Amino acid sequence: MEMTLAEPRVDYLNVRHTVASWLLTKDHKRIGIMYLVVVSLAFFVGGLFASIIRMELATPAGDLVSSDTYNKLFTMHGVAMVFFVLIPAVPAILGNFVLPLMLGAKDVAFPKINLLSWYVFVIGFLFTLYAMVTGGVDTGWTFYTPYSSRASSSNVMMTGIGVFITGFSSILTGLNFMVTIHRMRAPGLTWFRLPLFVWAIYSTSLVQVLGTPVIAITVLALAVERGLHFGIFDPALGGDPVLFQHLFWFYSHPAVYIMILPPMGAISEVLACFSRKNIFGYSFVAFSSLAIAIFGFLVWAHHLFIAGISVYSALVFSFLTYAVAIPSAVKTFNWTATLYKGAIWLKAPMIWAICFLGLFLVGGLTGLFTAALGVDVHIHDTYFVVAHFHFIMVGGAIMGYFAGLHYWWPKMTGRMYSDAAAKTAAVIVFVGFNLTFGPQFILGYLGMPRRYHMYPEEFQVLNVLSSAGASILAVGYVLVAIYLLVSLFKGEKAGDNPWHATGLEWTTQSPPLPHNFDVQPVVTEGAYEYSKREIKVV
Amino acid sequence: MSHLSIIPAQASTIAPQVDQLYWFIIGVTAFFGILTSILVVYFAVKYRTSDPLAVGAPITGSIPLELAWSIIPFLISVVIFVWASQVFFNIYRPPDQTLNIYATGKRWMWKFQHLDGKAEINELHVPVGRPVKVTFTSEDVLHSLYFPAFRTKADAIPGRYSSVWFDATKVGDYHIFCAEYCGTRHSGMIGTVHVMEPVDYQAWLSGGSGGGTLASRGERLFSELACNTCHITDGSGRGPSLHNKFGMQEQLANGSVVNIDETYVRESILTPQRKVVAGYQPVMPTFQGLVNEENVMALIEYVKSLRSSSGGATAAANTAAPAAVAPAQENR
Repeated sequence: MEMTLAEPRVDYLNVRHTVASWLLTKDHKRIGIMYLVVVSLAFFVGGLFASIIRMELATPAGDLVSSDTYNKLFTMHGVAMVFFVLIPAVPAILGNFVLPLMLGAKDVAFPKINLLSWYVFVIGFLFTLYAMVTGGVDTGWTFYTPYSSRASSSNVMMTGIGVFITGFSSILTGLNFMVTIHRMRAPGLTWFRLPLFVWAIYSTSLVQVLGTPVIAITVLALAVERGLHFGIFDPALGGDPVLFQHLFWFYSHPAVYIMILPPMGAISEVLACFSRKNIFGYSFVAFSSLAIAIFGFLVWAHHLFIAGISVYSALVFSFLTYAVAIPSAVKTFNWTATLYKGAIWLKAPMIWAICFLGLFLVGGLTGLFTAALGVDVHIHDTYFVVAHFHFIMVGGAIMGYFAGLHYWWPKMTGRMYSDAAAKTAAVIVFVGFNLTFGPQFILGYLGMPRRYHMYPEEFQVLNVLSSAGASILAVGYVLVAIYLLVSLFKGEKAGDNPWHATGLEWTTQSPPLPHNFDVQPVVTEGAYEYSKREIKVV
Repeated sequence: MSHLSIIPAQASTIAPQVDQLYWFIIGVTAFFGILTSILVVYFAVKYRTSDPLAVGAPITGSIPLELAWSIIPFLISVVIFVWASQVFFNIYRPPDQTLNIYATGKRWMWKFQHLDGKAEINELHVPVGRPVKVTFTSEDVLHSLYFPAFRTKADAIPGRYSSVWFDATKVGDYHIFCAEYCGTRHSGMIGTVHVMEPVDYQAWLSGGSGGGTLASRGERLFSELACNTCHITDGSGRGPSLHNKFGMQEQLANGSVVNIDETYVRESILTPQRKVVAGYQPVMPTFQGLVNEENVMALIEYVKSLRSSSGGATAAANTAAPAAVAPAQENR
């Protein structure tokens, strides 16, 4: 359509082509793309480890790899996925790309610091990769002491340094986004006109800035104990191993919300767009993000119910865990109600979002089991927990990330991918995911502990189902990589607003101008006024 | 055991309590999960359109609905919370009278020590229908002692004692797992708990123990390590008398009061300077490195046996010779 009269337009991609123009860019959009490249690489590496794990677990005996190798595989799978995929995926890729566009801004508040974040992230990733290829690490991604400080002979220090460095990237990005949201909103873009994705990114940034220093301190303390034999966590040196768990989870539980809040924000955007409606209960969804960010700091000890904490503190943390579940429930109900009397346009991003709803529902509801003290004693450290957090982290966070990626892909690249292929992939991933992790709930309740290289024969049937599911899941992810890559070269031109969406990011061209907007946008209404709006058809 | 069962053997008094709660939560979550899923799919199908220009109804929200779906889930959560906490107390609060067993986790095995002196590795024999309490620690890194059929577990933490208790209800063999990752052969740190008829258990116990009871081994250690030079029965030694002390409270030099339990006795052997009894000098040397965790347990059991007839909580208390502390020797 518009192509007939198109002449070559300047956009952020074609404005310069040199390698240096990428590596020295201060453009938030290019930085977002550079994160996409690194995070995708980490996702591939982490996925490869997971594939070998599932192949090994197809049989009860440890017959594919040695126990030490297996232990390194699940550790490095966790490290790669948590620190280099789940935490940065939505904020650093999608957030970087669309946040300034959504705000009607030219860039983030501190473009140079934004580039610095990427370099810090890459340096941290290189340290971690180096640790992986020079022998790996076998402590579990949780680095529990005194195993990590005394017993493990693997590359704990190098991995710790990698995680330590990467944390600063997270802190810098969080700070940058907070300042950007406070200072760079377009005229008329009041807080309650902000897209919910911005609320989610803002809440996440709070957690990143307040929580990440704690993991840095914890990793540093671990290094001091391991390297200099200061007794902090090791009882043989006068330390307390449970202290490590408190410190570790004081960051790492809120980190769960760093991983899930931004995808929740992306889901709100997609659901509103493809229902052609306001998000039901906008302010409840917005404040539930903040509530999750704040309550998220008060539940860390629910990881320690069987680690010798007092039964009374267990009571308190169990109760607070139920409290943090409520805002997530509220979000889910509001999303469901958003569909009511919508004009539901079932394009690929919407299919991914609906799959997200199904999987996140299971992930959230199974949290009620782990929060229940009497049940948790039995299922703690079993496959039930593995299944639960994969439903949140992969079923929730990764599906949400993919929903967002499919939604903004035309804006990012200017190209459309195959809608049919994308819908097929969503369904394959949904089916494969359920088959992979569904049986693990049962395995866990039957008592199969996590991080087991070998297992008793009675658990084999369910493990084979899980491994079969994982291969379906892998096919789904590979399919996504293929059609997205193909779209770059063969995709139809997307046009500025292929989804007929509201939101400032859709008012500029695709791919956007180097400085986002020709004229400063002015906002006069809420984020999702589909019913009031004459949607411009390009 | 069918390969297709979805809950493990229910072999303790706690197991049905945990399973009942589990089924209740399954009911609640299935209700909300299925309801929401049906609504999502129903709305997505019913209101679907292929016209990209169609718009949805101008609905922005509803305060009553928001309140309803905040308050109702909260109230249900409170029900689960209260119920689960009740079960949790039952899991961690043992009855007064238990059959006591010690255990140590070390990479990569569980060693169980019965009070009559019998020890076993990765196997545990217990009688059916009698509450059993296992008190344990770790000699190296974290482990977790897990009995799926009894629905209980607790982490083994070096430097501390943990305990689990269970009252087995069904004769049979059940898994013991290490549930906290501990290195190379974590998945090999498994064993079997044999729940036996009381008569079979007695027969098993009497089958060649050797080495005497745990308390008597502790007594031997007590004199081998020359503990008895200072801890004299009548209290005239450089250290306090240990008679009738276990289970009591003691005033410390720093003014605080401590309960004399397993943890305190262990601490006093390994880090004696930390909590010195009021009226005594901090002269006791540390035995860190000189006694391993199993010997510490033997010493604790000996100290327990020095209680005059009260309690009777331990089977060994009767058999261990009380008050037979060797006379003070001045040559040390």
